[in-house]
Amino acid sequence: MTSKIEMTDIYALAPHHRFQWEEAQQSYVILFPEGMVKLHGGAGEVLKRVDGKATVGDIVADLKATFPDAEDIESDILGMFELAAGKFWIRKI
Amino acid sequence: MTQNSLGDSVVQKTVQAQNNGVAATATHTQPLWLLAEITYRCPLHCAFCYNPTDYDKHTQNELSTEQWIKTLREARKLGAIQLGISGGEPLLRDDIEEIVAEAHKLGYYSNLITSGVGLTEKRIQAFKDGGLDHIQLSMHDITEEINNFITNTKTFELKKKVAAMIKSHGYPMVLNVVIHRYNIGHMKEILEMAEALGADYIELANTQYYGWSLINRNQLMPSKEQVEEAERITNEYRAKSGSKMKVFFVVPDYFADRPKKCMNGWGEVFMIVTANGDVLPCHSARVLPNMKFPNVKDDELGWSWKDSPAFNKYRGDSWMKEPCRNCAEKEKDLGGCRCQAFLLTGDAETADPVCSLSPHHHIIEKAIEDAKNPQLQAQPIIFRNDKNSKKVISGELEERTKEFHALP
Repeated sequence: MTSKIEMTDIYALAPHHRFQWEEAQQSYVILFPEGMVKLHGGAGEVLKRVDGKATVGDIVADLKATFPDAEDIESDILGMFELAAGKFWIRKI
Repeated sequence: MTQNSLGDSVVQKTVQAQNNGVAATATHTQPLWLLAEITYRCPLHCAFCYNPTDYDKHTQNELSTEQWIKTLREARKLGAIQLGISGGEPLLRDDIEEIVAEAHKLGYYSNLITSGVGLTEKRIQAFKDGGLDHIQLSMHDITEEINNFITNTKTFELKKKVAAMIKSHGYPMVLNVVIHRYNIGHMKEILEMAEALGADYIELANTQYYGWSLINRNQLMPSKEQVEEAERITNEYRAKSGSKMKVFFVVPDYFADRPKKCMNGWGEVFMIVTANGDVLPCHSARVLPNMKFPNVKDDELGWSWKDSPAFNKYRGDSWMKEPCRNCAEKEKDLGGCRCQAFLLTGDAETADPVCSLSPHHHIIEKAIEDAKNPQLQAQPIIFRNDKNSKKVISGELEERTKEFHALP
């Protein structure tokens, strides 16, 4: 369903989707017609950095720098990209 | 990696209930979905409308713009995110521009649910500028004949124009088609029409029997074979279509073995504020006996959601009777719909009669048989309009409402 995520790929939020922090839920959410998804902490941190400019590699590096104690997060991050792209929440530009 | 490790699809629409049905994995109760039934006035007269048949009582006492804005603010504090602006036909009010702009400022993801009648270039531009997120347009059939017949209006050409307008303003195209005996044979053509219009989402909502559709049940209900065929065609289309159009098929509960988890549970994620300010956990809750629902004119919204007796009445499962109480599947459907149980059996706390384990299931079986009876089928459709609503209220249409335990 999805092609492999490359470090040089750049992603943006899919059209008609909105990403925002929800105070009442204490989490990030993605909103779209007829639905919403509440993102777990790590996923929110990844999606927050998806801005149509940063490459996947930039985002991995940034997260590694922000969370130096987290082990082996690279594969988790790539997995999140794969899933989010598969759900059409984000699109490659 | 599973979706769970990424996030919960908190309120992803699935195949549960009529028009605004939602399903969710709610972990705590917040009114994530707010439906503003902003007016019951409507230029269309659809035979399947789920609005209350006595809506005429509520066309003169609508909330003001200020009252709506206050309601949106309070609901947002309670956690509401998805806002549906519905009716009736919301565009009959001239303050929708103001309301969507306020909704956007508050951070709602907002949706205008419309027949398209009254949508002009000027208004859609104002909605776009105000930050309305999407527009859900009702369509009825591929044929002008059926569209005009079932809505009792000449709106076929207009809907196509409105669809193009929605697209040209960069909105996602979300179509809703209520399915009944008159259009169920056109499923493939309806899907092709949606694709040709550039739809991003299409909801094929089999009629569920509340409000006007309940009193027109014998005139609207398709056969089980027709429903199965419609579902088969939908699945076939999904499998072969390379398009990105998402297709939701809302299963008709009368033909299922188990009831729907109505509104994803009473007072779990869904809150409706009606034209006159009543605060409800579902569209038709006012049919239930001995209930006093809060109203935004008198009651604080946080109290209404969290503490009002009405919202707590059917939360969870402590109200259940047998066979639900000890049923292994009770968490899956929470006993189904309280309104359907009461309307059809006279007992609001019994199992939804749609369930094959319900002691009242024979009522559903009879309804399915009745809908095949040519004499009953031949009774006239009672279209949703002010005149007929007045007749329902005065008892003039008792012949069509008497088998139900409340006015639908």
